[in-house]
Amino acid sequence: MFSHAATGENFIAHVGRRSMDAGRALADVRTWLPLLLTQMRRLGVDSVPIALFIAVFTGIVLSLLSSYIFTGTVPLYFVGALVGKTIMMELGPVLTGMALAGRVGASIAAELGTMKVTEQVDALETLAYDRYAYLVVPRVLAATLMFPVVTAFAMAVGVTSGWMTAINLLDLSSPDFFKGLKLFYQFKDIWFGLVKSASFGLAVALMGCLRGLAAQGGAQGVGDSTTRAVVLGCEAILVLDAFWALVLL
Amino acid sequence: MLSGRLFSYEASSRSGGPPVSLVITLENVSKSFGGRTVLNGMSLDVPDGLNTVIIGGSGAGKSVTLKLIVGLLEPDAGRVVVDGEDVQALDRDQLAALRGRIGYVFQFAALFDSMTVAENIRLGLVKRGYAEDVIRQRIQESLAVVDLSGTDDKLPAELSGGMRKRVGIARAIALKPHYILYDEPTTGLDPVTAAVMDQLIIRTRDLGVTGLVVTHDMRSAFTVGNRVALLYQGAIRQAGTVDEIRRSDDPVVRQFIEGRPGPALVQPAVRRSAG
Repeated sequence: MFSHAATGENFIAHVGRRSMDAGRALADVRTWLPLLLTQMRRLGVDSVPIALFIAVFTGIVLSLLSSYIFTGTVPLYFVGALVGKTIMMELGPVLTGMALAGRVGASIAAELGTMKVTEQVDALETLAYDRYAYLVVPRVLAATLMFPVVTAFAMAVGVTSGWMTAINLLDLSSPDFFKGLKLFYQFKDIWFGLVKSASFGLAVALMGCLRGLAAQGGAQGVGDSTTRAVVLGCEAILVLDAFWALVLL
Repeated sequence: MLSGRLFSYEASSRSGGPPVSLVITLENVSKSFGGRTVLNGMSLDVPDGLNTVIIGGSGAGKSVTLKLIVGLLEPDAGRVVVDGEDVQALDRDQLAALRGRIGYVFQFAALFDSMTVAENIRLGLVKRGYAEDVIRQRIQESLAVVDLSGTDDKLPAELSGGMRKRVGIARAIALKPHYILYDEPTTGLDPVTAAVMDQLIIRTRDLGVTGLVVTHDMRSAFTVGNRVALLYQGAIRQAGTVDEIRRSDDPVVRQFIEGRPGPALVQPAVRRSAG
């Protein structure tokens, strides 16, 4: 009983310390602000090609799959509805998030893990920098801001590739595709996907940073941290996906 | 076991030498990692304006001692006092101010590998809010001190191990610190480069910087040190001037400085905590 109480107190103290670290780091704007744009480019802009690659093929497959399901039972213009709804609300944010969990989460964890085991993080502290303000805040903010931007591009490209597939391979006209696309469209479809992707960005970057800064030992420790960051990032995306569906739908 | 507090003001006064002001003091410091006790009641005083060298085997806790001084680690027991301030009692801002007075040269330099040499030195100066012309001047001055002028735009990966360590010193002295902590400054260097490092450490002391060097390189310790302390089994076994250590009749000290194999130093100063 006593040990449970002590463990609980330790946990609360730990959470309290981490919250204070986070608050102090966020307040240290002079440290993280100059680094934010660079991280937005590295984590966001540089991730656009992989996100678009995934979106193109997702759109193609969704278009073909919905045609296969609907043929003979549902009017074919519903292909537009399914492609639009699915890409904007679910597959756009989640697949982009998963891809970026691999690219961004691994990149952050490996970089910070290497800095940790080579004492660069300690060196930063001895130069009077706060490790969270310098390393964590710009990455987490950049990912939170840029995941929705990348996801928005992925949504547009995914729907476009679905449309191109429909008119070229399915004997569906453009007016029919857009008729279906507009049939169930709500503005909420887009912002629901973008809000989700912002939370995915936050979770992926946070996991990458925390696992990276917890790396110990040498190359194996960095490898373990990187793997863990990607796995935790993907798990967080799935949990958050369910959470937003419960809260916002 | 002999006391590690031979550097104290009283000791210096008794020996008839000039009074020495203490700037860094470790009082009965203990530190464990998991069940491993690394420091066990260690006490040490570092006098102002001199180079103090801590020698000891691998895993003896030398680097841990340096990290305790700059607050990168916290002691489990005891106190670390710098300039009269208990390091563990400082808040983040006070700790940042303290770190502004301490330069730290890491064992493997710990240069930021995505930055050039100049950017590595610049980083600490920017944090302190210096004007751009002052920053540029400090970068050139500090690179000149370590004989690396003209390497501003090189990346750490383009430098040899010795050059990286010299950039580490340049990064530290650019901030004009009161103290510099050197973690194994000559480890992994060829004898000539190691001698260059030693001369740099002496030159830095002559610039008025108090140095604390940890090493197991006895040639380097006797070259750069004004005071030498042997860290053994988590505490200072003996501390004194270079001559006192050279003449020591303590078998552990003799074994270490002569580099003789034997049971006393085979096991590093790491033990399992009771319970």
